[in-house]
Amino acid sequence: MTNKYLIFLGCAIPYRVASFEISSRKILSKLGVELVEMPEFNCCGLPFDPVSHETMLILAAKNLAMAEQQGLNILTLCPGCAGTLKKVNKILKEDKKQREQINSHLKRVSLEFKGTVEVKHLLQLLREDVGIDKIKESVTRPLTELKVAEHNGCHILRPKKYIGFDDPEDPQTLKMLIEATGATCLDYIGETECCGAPSVGVSDKVALQLAREKLNHVKMVDAQALITICPFCHIMYDTNELRIEKTFNEVYGIPILHYPQLLGLAMGMTPEELAFGELRVNPQKITKQFDIKEQNKP
Amino acid sequence: MTEVTTKSAQQGKEPIRASEFDPKFKYELQKIHGAENILRCFQCGTCTSDCPIARFSDTYRPRTLIHMAQLGLKDRVLNSDTLWLCAACFTCTDRCPQDVEVAAVIRVFRNLAAEKGCIPQVFKDQAQSLIETGYAYMIPELRIKKRVSQGLPPLPKGNPETIRKVLRGVKFFDRIQQWGDQK
Repeated sequence: MTNKYLIFLGCAIPYRVASFEISSRKILSKLGVELVEMPEFNCCGLPFDPVSHETMLILAAKNLAMAEQQGLNILTLCPGCAGTLKKVNKILKEDKKQREQINSHLKRVSLEFKGTVEVKHLLQLLREDVGIDKIKESVTRPLTELKVAEHNGCHILRPKKYIGFDDPEDPQTLKMLIEATGATCLDYIGETECCGAPSVGVSDKVALQLAREKLNHVKMVDAQALITICPFCHIMYDTNELRIEKTFNEVYGIPILHYPQLLGLAMGMTPEELAFGELRVNPQKITKQFDIKEQNKP
Repeated sequence: MTEVTTKSAQQGKEPIRASEFDPKFKYELQKIHGAENILRCFQCGTCTSDCPIARFSDTYRPRTLIHMAQLGLKDRVLNSDTLWLCAACFTCTDRCPQDVEVAAVIRVFRNLAAEKGCIPQVFKDQAQSLIETGYAYMIPELRIKKRVSQGLPPLPKGNPETIRKVLRGVKFFDRIQQWGDQK
């Protein structure tokens, strides 16, 4: 069962963030993690928690029960999906009454939640299953000249009670993974702050102010890029950076990279292979040096 | 939204009438999963002071919402527009010294408001997409086709028929169906 996972994409990644999926698959294949495709999956349930907790529980349990039939653990790229599936997995494993209630719904589609699989996010898999040492070994082109900042996002860290593999107040995993590529990971103010994405659509103004504050803090330490591991955080910064610059009269020009894109570069892959072309904020500052090396190749 | 927050601010300033209190509200809340510990709140304000939304909103204050609920101001809490501003970052939940699970309590308020029909448009759109595609967003056909040229495997089927079957009897789902019928 080790290093073989059912990949759970969720909604946001196929909808808008293909670069995250492309780069993640590339690095995982290089690290020897086998991904099994699911014939059927649906929304993890998270978007419906605010309006109907019960809907969220049923949708998450349905996905978990389908994975159980395959007898494989789930790997998610989206921390929102990871957080939801982990939380519901824990709740239903521990609470017999709720489990029975949810199973009465699942029965109608011939499914049953038994609680036999685990859920991991990419970050947790890289740290626990692959290991930092193996990632260091996979690096053929250390990014020693790069100084970047990390943004974990909320759902990979909190609530501690359900997620709990890293310290929510001082998370280390992403930093360690960034440093494994040879790049320097800079400290800055408010590293664990929310990107604001969930408030888009309810109050764009509040959401953009949150993202602006983050980008200001990242700019303060002269980071050459901001590294994310969540499709929503990535949309919030990458897609909205220009809008934030215009709205608040700021200048950033900070490329927003998915962690697998950074690791992929360090593994010797080209920006093109890692779908850098899909990024909205021009990543040329970062890719320039790799493109030149590309051109010099025989 | 500026309009909305101004309206909410005015609502909050109206004097409270004795007839508004529902003394049973807090006990009803205690029975709902996620809000069990609401009475433990002693109004320290950690949630509000650590809330990233409260920093940029003039009206969203988790501590105030919990206090209002404890007092029994049910309608004021459930009709509050600012309720929907919470980004579910869970900072309040992790830092609450009384283990109130503040974000879960806010979620319970929202669920109750949704039952009364108060649901922001963004959630209605996602619900519609769910029952039509199995995904929370309408993933464009172009994107799905592009996956081939991007070297990606086909997208797992959303199978909306099973979603409709499995959600039967859920109050929220019945409501989505009604919107669908009205269309």
